[in-house]
Amino acid sequence: MDETMKKNKYSIIVPTYNERLNIALIIYLIFKHLKNVDFEIIVVDDGSPDGTQDIVKQLQQVYGEDRVLLRPRPKKLGLGTAYIHGLKHASGNFVVIMDADLSHHPKYLPSFIKKQIETGASIVTGTRYVKGGGVHGWNLMRKLTSRGANVLAQTLLWPGVSDLTGSFRLYKKSVLEDVISSCVSKGYVFQMEMIVRASRKGYHIEEVPITFVDRVYGSSKLGGSEIVEYLKGLVYLLVTT
Amino acid sequence: MKHIVKIMTLLVALSALWISLLQTSIIPESYTWLLPLYFIISLGCYGLLMVGVGLMRFPTCPHEAILLQQDIVEAKGFLKGKGVDIGSD
Ligand SMILES: Nc1nc2c(ncn2[C@@H]2O[C@H](COP(=O)(O)OP(=O)(O)OP(=O)(O)O)[C@@H](O)[C@H]2O)c(=O)[nH]1
Ligand SMILES: [Mg+2]
Repeated sequence: MDETMKKNKYSIIVPTYNERLNIALIIYLIFKHLKNVDFEIIVVDDGSPDGTQDIVKQLQQVYGEDRVLLRPRPKKLGLGTAYIHGLKHASGNFVVIMDADLSHHPKYLPSFIKKQIETGASIVTGTRYVKGGGVHGWNLMRKLTSRGANVLAQTLLWPGVSDLTGSFRLYKKSVLEDVISSCVSKGYVFQMEMIVRASRKGYHIEEVPITFVDRVYGSSKLGGSEIVEYLKGLVYLLVTT
Repeated sequence: MKHIVKIMTLLVALSALWISLLQTSIIPESYTWLLPLYFIISLGCYGLLMVGVGLMRFPTCPHEAILLQQDIVEAKGFLKGKGVDIGSD
């Protein structure tokens, strides 16, 4: 296992918008938990007014500009295109996508990597809804919508994975490039579209349990009529995949 | 095959079965007429049950929140030591 791991390089793409404190914490934690792994962190910041990029530059001084890459964009252009932008600059043969808000804890990265090596999977996706996984900090309403959305999607789409809207995932780079180019949705639906399309294309997908602690710092960037968007996305996926 | 086509095929197959039941009258016709209703009701019940069970068994992890707080303290300490300007909150 160690041998194969040495040949692999992991590009960790972290999109940020106003995550000044979180990005510093998460970069520290990534370095703490990935000791003997070849990796780079690609921060795609969309011109955050809170100075996220200044912090990233300071972190580059600590960890090296070859380990922490800043690939900013001039203004807030959305998550989906942030991944595509980051992917263009990725030099690894594997890509990890994770949020900067500490809901995705870097301590799970080794289990993603291990799972991929053991199974040869094209995608390893983090799931909150199996043994060992979980969520902290959601009220009843949030749990209810989450469960409802999940049952609906499982019944209608038969996606073959237990957590559709989670976005903590490891991809073979070529697979991510293939899947992402056919995805057009935004927000939550984007995560769902990625995994459903990958599953339809027949890629080997594995799951690892993760825990999800709702963000401590900063504010949520998704909002508004999420449920309506979700339902629209479901219909869209039903007729296009 | 698009997924909606799969689901439609399934529904068409079910309706075909239902119509054939109506015509052959293996079971009394009055029952057969109610079958689609039963089908829809059981589908609804299944959905509600799954959501209910999911809610009851919703996996939570309060301990993780505490561990995360410790990680945050540790990270802040390290970063301050390196002179990274993370503010004082
Ligand atoms: N580059 C970029 N990053 C974004 C954009 N919108 C959100 N992000 C980042 O994407 C990640 C996920 O966004 P969140 O706001 O946490 O979305 P969420 O996890 O669904 O919502 P929360 O419940 O608040 O955690 C975070 O790291 C954000 O900083 C964007 O338009 N551009
Ligand atoms: Mg989040």
